[in-house]
Amino acid sequence: MGTVFEETRAPSMGQEEDNMAKVTLTVNGRTMSGECDDRTLLVHFIREKLGLTGTHVGCDTTQCGACVVHMDGRSVKSCSILAVQASGSTVTTIEGIAAQGELHPVQAAFNQHHGLQCGFCTPGMVMTAVDMIGRHGGALDEATVRHELEGNICRCTGYHNIVKAVLAANEEMHGAARQAAE
Amino acid sequence: MYATSYHRASSVGEAVNLRASHDEGRYVSGGMTLIATMKQRLAAPSDLIDLRHIADLRGISVEGRSVRIGAATPHADVAGSAALRTVCPALCHLAGLIGDPHVRNMGTIGGSVANNDPAADYPSAVLALNATVVTDRREIAADDFFLGMFDTALEEAEMITAFRFEAPEKAGYAKFPNPASRYAITGVFVAKTAGGARVAVTGAGSSGVFRVPEMEAALLSSWAPESVANVSVDPAQLMSDLHATAEYRANLVRVMAKRAVQASL
Repeated sequence: MGTVFEETRAPSMGQEEDNMAKVTLTVNGRTMSGECDDRTLLVHFIREKLGLTGTHVGCDTTQCGACVVHMDGRSVKSCSILAVQASGSTVTTIEGIAAQGELHPVQAAFNQHHGLQCGFCTPGMVMTAVDMIGRHGGALDEATVRHELEGNICRCTGYHNIVKAVLAANEEMHGAARQAAE
Repeated sequence: MYATSYHRASSVGEAVNLRASHDEGRYVSGGMTLIATMKQRLAAPSDLIDLRHIADLRGISVEGRSVRIGAATPHADVAGSAALRTVCPALCHLAGLIGDPHVRNMGTIGGSVANNDPAADYPSAVLALNATVVTDRREIAADDFFLGMFDTALEEAEMITAFRFEAPEKAGYAKFPNPASRYAITGVFVAKTAGGARVAVTGAGSSGVFRVPEMEAALLSSWAPESVANVSVDPAQLMSDLHATAEYRANLVRVMAKRAVQASL
């Protein structure tokens, strides 16, 4: 971003000059601001302006889910949203889910169940799992987990251990509440 | 992506004025198609007018059998609406099949219908439900709205604000998705409405979404999967591409229609 494109283009194609914007986000509980071009993607803003490089760019075509963050409480693909579109919102990235140095239960489950190999897709997988577990309120089964992972691609694991980790984290986060209710 | 200028509108009036003053501008709602298209440099709007922060454009209301869905309502909200599920579960089902959970959190019904992608899901529902497309300046019947691939009755700067329809007696949607993109290789929405049976097909037609009068007539006399099982669609009006030939799609129309009717029972 901010690159000067040298190829020729029709005069009607877009703007000649980049419009600069100030983007302010509440990221992982902190208010953060930065300047960027209007065409800057949220994922690049998070990585390059805010220095939070845990959110990854995998495919850059909205298919792999390595860039998933939570925006105003919903999981979104940050490679397909402009930073200016997100301005004013509350964003949670992979750096923001562990509390006081303790791994989030989903992170712990990915570790325990070997839910990753190269680890590139993991931030998106974890953010997707946190959203999924929150939305289903404990009622998660294997088929639902597999279906809801449709927006996240992993080329190493074959998904088995990711699914195991999500189900284990779900049990960890909701099992105790269920036991108390019984 | 080419450079662009971003504007955030806080009302419909402001958005329309902004759009009207930028000839090469575009509305952006969820942006799940537009931003991806801009990244590939297949679209280069000089200005983007963001509709996502206009509160009036969002939300679903159901009064009796009358449904109104705001144009900027994300797919996830349509899929998860308890009120809508009681009167038209087929539409919730359709919304839950679009893209993936993250795309459904951003993408909106208005954006999908205004774009009129020939493989998008929503156009089939809007057409089969005989919905009214409400814009900033008028109301357009579904039958008059879809003009062809990526082409609609919308005028320059005209903006969809909502959809209205009467909940059908029965409705069902079945799609054969592209396994990578989840777009419909063929999708069929069937609805038994006050005005008769309506069958709308997406993903298959070479000029976008279309109705199948022969299937509608067959369903009018008997609302059952067998009624559409032997109605064939002429492959000459269907698309052929790397995903499926026109003949294959013609067969899919029949199979998906059967499944959609089955799902409606």
